[in-house]
Parts: sequence; C-alpha cells; structure tokens
Amino acid sequence: MKKEQVPQDNSGLAKKNIHELCYAVDESGNYTTVQSSGWEVKASALDESMQLIEERVEETKKEILAGNLSPIAYFMELHRMDLAILSSYVGIHRFFVKRHFNPKRFQKLSDKTLKKYADVFEISIEELKNFKPN
Amino acid sequence: MQIDFQHQQSAHCENGVISNLMNHNGVKVSEPLVFGIGAGLFFVYLPFLKVNFAPGFSYRPMPGFIFRRFAKQLGIKVIHKKFSSQAEAQSVLDEKLKQGIPVGLQVGVYNLTYFPDEYRFHFNAHNLVVFGKENENYLISDPVMETTTTLTEKELDKVRFAKGALAPKGHLYYLEKVPTQYDFETAIKKGIKKTCNDMLAPVPIVGINAMKWVAKNIKKWPKKIGVKKTNHYLGQLIRMQEEIGTGGGGFRFIYAAFLEESSRILNNPELKIRSEEMTKIGDEWRDFALNISRVYKNRSGQENVYEQLSEQLYSLAEREKEFFQKLKKNI
Repeated sequence: MKKEQVPQDNSGLAKKNIHELCYAVDESGNYTTVQSSGWEVKASALDESMQLIEERVEETKKEILAGNLSPIAYFMELHRMDLAILSSYVGIHRFFVKRHFNPKRFQKLSDKTLKKYADVFEISIEELKNFKPN
Repeated sequence: MQIDFQHQQSAHCENGVISNLMNHNGVKVSEPLVFGIGAGLFFVYLPFLKVNFAPGFSYRPMPGFIFRRFAKQLGIKVIHKKFSSQAEAQSVLDEKLKQGIPVGLQVGVYNLTYFPDEYRFHFNAHNLVVFGKENENYLISDPVMETTTTLTEKELDKVRFAKGALAPKGHLYYLEKVPTQYDFETAIKKGIKKTCNDMLAPVPIVGINAMKWVAKNIKKWPKKIGVKKTNHYLGQLIRMQEEIGTGGGGFRFIYAAFLEESSRILNNPELKIRSEEMTKIGDEWRDFALNISRVYKNRSGQENVYEQLSEQLYSLAEREKEFFQKLKKNI
C-alpha cells in the first residue's frame, strides 16, 4: 500500500475522532506510518456485525413477549454476550443459566440469584424482574 | 503521581506496549522490529471455536506470545502476575507505580469507555500501559490511541477482571531487568525462521494450509449454511484481517516494514526485495477484503462469487508459500 492509498473514509473511528495507524510505503519506497480515519470496507463489515446483534436483540424481545424466554436472555444479547460469557460473569454454570432463560423458572429465582444477574447487567433487581419489551 | 512516560501510537496493542516499555528503558525498538522478532505473523483457522457467532480466524499468534518470544530472544526479564483478588491486583499496581515503574496490563475491550461502540465486544486480550495515578484516576497509555487517556479505579478494575475466554484475571507485567547489550541480528534471524516454520507448518489449522482450508470452505458455505451466514463468516474474516491493530492487510504491511528494517540491520539486500514482495501480498489481501465487502453489499448470492473469493484466497496461500520458502533461504 502506498502512502497516498491509505484510505481516509468515514467510520466509527472518525466519529470519535480517533485515527488508527497504518503502515505504508512513501515516495522513495521506504516504509512509514500514516494515520487513517477508517476504511469503508471495514466499516461495512462492522455494520454487518452490529446489525446481527440488533437482529438478535429484536428476536429475543419477541420471544419474551411470546412467553418463551426470560428477561435474562434479552440483557445477555444487549450486552453482546453469549451463554459462555454470561455464565462466567455471573459465576453460575451455563447449564443453570440456560434454565434461567425459562420464564417460569425465572419467576421463582431468589433475590440472591437475581442480584448476580442484575449486577452484571448494571441494573436493579426490579428492572430485571419487571422488564417488558416494547 | 505521574511517571515520565513517552506515549507513541502503534498499529497493534501488544507490539506497541513492548515498544513503549522498551523506549522507557532507553532502548529504541520500532513496532515492526518487535513484531518480527516476536514472530507475530501467523494464520490460524479454528472452525469449531465460535467467536461472535462465526468461526475463529486469526492473523496473529495467541495473545502474549509475541511479547514472550521477543523478551526471550533479547534476554529481557519480564515479571508477569495474575490475581484472584481485585483488591490485591489494585494494590500491587499502585505500589509499582509508586516505585516509578510503568506497568503493562491485559484488559477486556468491552468496558473500555474510550473505544467507539462498534469496537466494544468481549475480547479480553487488549494491552495498555498505566503510567500514573491522579485523584483516583489512572493515567493510561493505550498504544492504539493517538494520545494518552484516563480511567477511574472502577473502570480499570472492570476491564482487568473481564470474564470469558482469555480472561485477564488482573494480569499485569513490567520489565524487571533489561540487558546492556542487545544482539538484534541473531534475534531477527530467529524470528524470521520461526515465522517461516509457522507459516509452512505441515498441519491443517495453521499457516498456508489453514488459508487453503478456509478457501475450500468458502466454496462450501453457501450451500451448507446459507448465504446470510456465509457473509457473516466472511465479514468476520475482514474484521480479523483489517480491524484496528493489524496495520492493514492482516499484519502483512507491518511485516514488510520489519523486513525492510532487517535488511538494513543485517546488511542483506535480499530482504529488501522480500519486503517489496510482502507489500504486494498485503495489497492482494486488501483486494480480497474489498471483494468480500462487494459480495455482501450487492447481496447477489450467485454461487460464482464465492468460487472467485475462494480462488483468490487459494492463490494468496500459494503465493505466501512460495514467499516463505524463499525467505527461509535468505537467512
């Protein structure tokens, strides 16, 4: 990549006024570093990944309304976690975390267990219990 | 309290932390030199390990490997510590800062407040340096950022004890002893040899063979898992290749810069030619990423386009195979 070929596209980095460092070749054929505001190709890959997360969140909301999943599933998706990550954050085996996705079992959870989840999601027990998707 | 620490931006966090810590100890080492000596160029395909709902691809070795190899080659003594208690993790950090020693930390990215939202996912092997503390705020030198920044005690605690794969467990490290003399020539040669051997390894999941395996799978994915998932997998490939940290082209440009510098240090003009070849290979990787992004923008879904991507990756693998065979002979 030549110095002048380093892309300066709009991206999430640019919005936060961050530049990343790229390695490129200068006029005399030697390596140098150039700051880049982003590359459209990357930005679209990131967009795709963000869209997938949004889709998963929306899907989970529907499942909660249909009575198939508990709010824990929603907050897990919201925080871009999967079962393994959530399980290690709350310190509960994934087998039980999965059971807590069941709305009926969720209703019966003790405040102690609910607090573990609420702390990880940085919300109150009430907010977790009374979560209603809109 | 603030340590007089020079922050220099780098492409990749691990190289950058090492380079900055070495500079602090009076030894100027560029990022490409760290990367090359630490044998940072790599390719691995882990189809069974799902990261962010797609298979694991990586253009670099396991986090920490570059640092360990670099330190070992040059005889630098590095102390690593992990903690089970968060309070202890903080007090050891504070103590080292009081002694005037800048401390490297392994952290999770998800709760790094200064990162753009799109970059915040559960990746736990980011590196940064803490070089001071003022009114409960830690002074942070994050090598991928242009300037230094700060994090509160609570924020830092959270990223040091992020959970999930590669959980840092408060991992901190600092340079205990640096030698007075360095044998860069031997270190460079060893680093290049290691990279050549890695890339040409006769196993399916690493190096050239892994690229070929991915190339074959790209052809199969559309039928097996559908177009949507295939595009997501390919998106993951781009993110790993071009994401903040690789310096572009899946580290190929940093490696080319390393070969150029090595050609000067070793007085070996062949390496300068290899550097130019590596630049062209990097350009081809960029082109590959561009072609992927076109595929999922058009959403054409023709089988043909995946065949083409597959062929492009396969020929890249062939090209790199030839390259590393030549490079091995130059050393």
